[in-house]
Amino acid sequence: MGDLLTAAFVSALLSGGVMAGMPLLLASLGEAISERAGVLNIGLEGMMLAGAYAGFVAVLLTGSHWLGLGAGLAAGMAVSVLMVGLCVRLGLSQIVVGIAILLTAEGVTSVLHRAQFGTTYPRLGSMAVLQLPVLSGIPVVGASLFSQPAPVYAGLGLVVAAWWVLRSTNFGLELRAAGEKPEALDAAGVSVVRTRSLAVLCAGALAGLGGAYMSIIGAGIFVPFMTHGAGFIAIVLAMLARGRAAWVVIGSFAFGMTVSLATALQLVGVFVPIDLVNMLPFVVVLVALVIFARRAYLPSALGLPYQRGSR
Amino acid sequence: MTPDATRTVTRSLTPAVGSALEVRGITKAFPGVVANDAVSIAFHRGEVHCVLGENGAGKSTLLHILAGMQRPDSGSILVGGERVSLDSPHAAIALGIGAVYQHPWSIPALTVLENMMLGEGKGLRLDPKSAAEALARFGSMLGVEFDPGAEIGRLALGRRQQMEIAKALWSGSTVLMLDEPTAMLTPQGAEELARVLVRLARRGLAIVFVTHKLHEALEVGDRITVLRRGRVTGAWGPDEIAAAGRETMRRRIVEAMFGGGVAPEVQIGRSAHPGLRGRRADAHDRPALELDRLCVEPRRGEVGVRDVTLTVWPGEIVGVAGVDGNGQRELAEAVAGQRSVSSGEIRVGGICVTGDDVSGRMRRGLRYVTDDRIGEGTVPSLSVALNLILKRIGEKPYWRHGRADEKLIEENARELVERFDIRTPGVGARCGTLSGGNLQKVVLARELSSGPAVVVYSKPTHGLDARTTMTVRDRITALAEEGAASLLISSDLDEILDLSHRIAVIFGGRLTGIVDNVPGAEREVGDLMVGGSAR
Amino acid sequence: MKGIVRVGGPILLALLAGGVLLVALGRDPFSFYADILSRGLLDPSGVQDTLVRMAPLLLMASGLIIAFRANIWNIGGDGQFLLAAAAVAGLGPWLIGVLPNVLAFLILGLIGATVGAAWTLVPAYLKANFGVNEIVTSLMFTFVGVNLGNLLIKGPFRSTKTLVPHTDVIPFRELLPKIPGTRIHVGLLLALLAILIVHYTMTRTSFGLRLRILGSSPRAAAHIGLHTARLTMISFALSGAFMGLAAAVEILGVWGYMRADWNPGFGLPLFALVFLARLDAVGVIPLVGFYGVISMGGHYAARRADLPDDFMLVIVGMILLFMALAEYFASRGDERPSLAGGLRAALRRGSGRG
Repeated sequence: MGDLLTAAFVSALLSGGVMAGMPLLLASLGEAISERAGVLNIGLEGMMLAGAYAGFVAVLLTGSHWLGLGAGLAAGMAVSVLMVGLCVRLGLSQIVVGIAILLTAEGVTSVLHRAQFGTTYPRLGSMAVLQLPVLSGIPVVGASLFSQPAPVYAGLGLVVAAWWVLRSTNFGLELRAAGEKPEALDAAGVSVVRTRSLAVLCAGALAGLGGAYMSIIGAGIFVPFMTHGAGFIAIVLAMLARGRAAWVVIGSFAFGMTVSLATALQLVGVFVPIDLVNMLPFVVVLVALVIFARRAYLPSALGLPYQRGSR
Repeated sequence: MTPDATRTVTRSLTPAVGSALEVRGITKAFPGVVANDAVSIAFHRGEVHCVLGENGAGKSTLLHILAGMQRPDSGSILVGGERVSLDSPHAAIALGIGAVYQHPWSIPALTVLENMMLGEGKGLRLDPKSAAEALARFGSMLGVEFDPGAEIGRLALGRRQQMEIAKALWSGSTVLMLDEPTAMLTPQGAEELARVLVRLARRGLAIVFVTHKLHEALEVGDRITVLRRGRVTGAWGPDEIAAAGRETMRRRIVEAMFGGGVAPEVQIGRSAHPGLRGRRADAHDRPALELDRLCVEPRRGEVGVRDVTLTVWPGEIVGVAGVDGNGQRELAEAVAGQRSVSSGEIRVGGICVTGDDVSGRMRRGLRYVTDDRIGEGTVPSLSVALNLILKRIGEKPYWRHGRADEKLIEENARELVERFDIRTPGVGARCGTLSGGNLQKVVLARELSSGPAVVVYSKPTHGLDARTTMTVRDRITALAEEGAASLLISSDLDEILDLSHRIAVIFGGRLTGIVDNVPGAEREVGDLMVGGSAR
Repeated sequence: MKGIVRVGGPILLALLAGGVLLVALGRDPFSFYADILSRGLLDPSGVQDTLVRMAPLLLMASGLIIAFRANIWNIGGDGQFLLAAAAVAGLGPWLIGVLPNVLAFLILGLIGATVGAAWTLVPAYLKANFGVNEIVTSLMFTFVGVNLGNLLIKGPFRSTKTLVPHTDVIPFRELLPKIPGTRIHVGLLLALLAILIVHYTMTRTSFGLRLRILGSSPRAAAHIGLHTARLTMISFALSGAFMGLAAAVEILGVWGYMRADWNPGFGLPLFALVFLARLDAVGVIPLVGFYGVISMGGHYAARRADLPDDFMLVIVGMILLFMALAEYFASRGDERPSLAGGLRAALRRGSGRG
């Protein structure tokens, strides 16, 4: 067991953690924004899948990874428009619509993939890695943490940007109000619907981006249902992080590491049944929920559609 | 509230200009009720204009329309003489109309400063500096000092309301509308508010003061308009009010508010039970309800109950007065059995019930009339009949072996509907379709019908129209005369003064004093409500 | 009449939308839907397949209704199902070999129900005592349950007779007896009985009334003095038990064994159906029937049109979407408490507040 902590293992764990954690980071960041404003996106996984597929196809067609990521972002946002229209504007049940979006996205992406590629699974070329000047030289850690494809750093940059927006802008304050007490926001003369719509679109865009990351950079292929619960994990992460950006990052990468544990263990010759390893992330989440959930603070108006002057 | 002196001062400043805000022929209907029926009122700068009417008269609807929260079905709204369309709160704010609603709208989880900044932002970045500056400026105008970093949820309701007034003023208001602003205040707080409003009116604001309390209107209103069932039934300007004198005005207002047929005493807020006041119940060998050093742990945002000791004798009504949020709910729920106590004892008829659950305490004769009629006291999706035996699910004879005897349940329901005069299309109708007054009757019927020994009432007449209020108060009194012991917990001082033999005051979870309900008690109770100690 | 429109409308619209997608993919929608109907409903063999499919679905629906009505969002049905299936498939061959079939079936049914109920214990306990949101916990438990089931099948329950990981196979003649003259196993009768029992319980008994009150107004439940924690755990456990029973019926009636990585995924579409039925146990029967038809017929039609089975997911998803829309238009002053309201409340909970 002592040789578990070899450089190879740690390195594999860390880089795999980043790889698996990035999609989660992006998706849960988006969900955190949305939940802050009071909208729960059960269909987040559907938005990720849409982004994964669109991004994958875009790279195949254009050869550009960045364009693919952009396509994924757009696809996720497009799916979230459904949430905006039905839940934010019409006030329909966020759960039912969320499940509907999820099922439809799963079905459509699977059918489209089969229609376009039959039973072949075309692979994408991998993206060039960006090595940070000094940091990538650090032994063990440097190679895995600080030489990642550029989108990783861009993603982290997004987190910082989001944190700033939430904290120091009018929009950020309005988001919080929309999630806590939409009547107050309305009374203050700000459109609740507009605020929430923007929040949901952000969530869709980021989820789509996360999904695209998964297929383009993470796996290099698209497999139907490839998100495998990532959307739900992102939702849980967002809830646990309680709207604090730092915890979103920590949670995503911690979770990502539990996912990459399998490969890392194989690397050092420890063979744990794959099902056990698959289980681990969810068990970890459960444990975290139990420990932290009692102090978890969800926005008061989460899940409630807002109707002005409703009697 | 303040004496008439301030009113005369304001009167002399009646502006010569036209109205600041005016409604003409406003009509607004909801399913089953016409809330506003061709209402026309003009509000002028420099005046405190009271819109008076009992609960359900349509005052709040009018205010919501003026704030941009609702759109009228027909009619026009004029600001500064020009026709406008108020289709959103944003539009109203842009026109200088500020509103302070009955229930605090500010967000408890945010700080004073954050609430202030909400919606005021121009551009991307937050601007805490100008918000803080505005807070200070309007705070001094109101005679208050704000702590920008305090969480609004932790502030006293009066302070919270003041922050909302400050925000309404910052929005560039020329018109300030307040909906029942004294509901959450102590008598002293209400006086302070009156002084502030007069001061603001003198500075040129048009103040719209919506209330159902006649004495408030008489004391503070330069102009009074009365609404009844959605229509304007009386309107008097400053000259008429001055000329008529207080008694005449009162009679006219009562006439306009109720159209005759209801005893004048109710509207003033004092019921015709002079015999009750100050009367101590006959000596009994055993108290009906004893609270012995009761303590309840507060949850988030609550104050809990701290070391409350109180005795209620059979046939006695003990009122518990206090501003909302001082532990009333915790106290009521602890006595009823819905909440556990952290220390202390509760005894009913001498028997300790602290360990008993709700059903156990019911068996001992304890009943709880909750103030939350829709969310707690009834289940709107179930039938009226089921709601009437809601606390006896599974018991014989209504259920046998787990199966319901529908006929018996309905029979029981019909009898109670008759006895308590509950207006419902049928006992099988969904309880959610009943009006507020009838919901309260359902709750009372259920709780009071089976020989209660001790009843805990929580705000039993709030939100009810005058007629139903009288009925409910009569019932409470009658029940007490039959020997039941009552704990009347309410933030409505009029209700407490009207019904109680003795009055306890709760503040910060503690009882700051218990006084007999004799003339002059109101003053003393008011002192105790803000934390003064009993003499 | 209104009910038919409210249910039929969304279904029709969904089929329409699906038709559009079919055309986009270059398939003929009419022949596709015709295939579904002919195979799922008109063909005698197909009808039997449909009815067989309905057995586990109705049992699971019973479990969902009993939980949802109490405002307990048991989203972990699939996990409870699969874990119970693993247990039944693992222990089945041995028990059937050792005991007379009837006894073995009863015991296996009990095992299934118990495993299913046991898998709800943790989410139920956390919700009842700490207010932890059960949507999230039961969902996490689904993932864990699926993997745990796989571990069992690849491990202690693994058949030594094949290379592909699955449990020992119960011979065809030892499976649940069939209704004479058909291929439909008696599990269907059990399922129908279950759903009727649930209906009766919810509408007529004091227990059902308590659950309904818990579901529509938790504050009133506390006010009345209901034992909320106890009711929550009982309801959750019953729900899980039905899931486990569904698994037992499916294994013992249809498959006889369980393959690793097998997941029919009944849960998610069932939510749609149960909501469409507005949580009414009797009303859900025709809807499950409808789903059975498009499910069995859909496999056939999809193969004929050279489409993956997953296409049916699209249809179901669309049904949900249009159903939500229909509820929006129909919910004015409606009888049944808004489901959406209960779900919203469920989401606000989970932090010990509200």
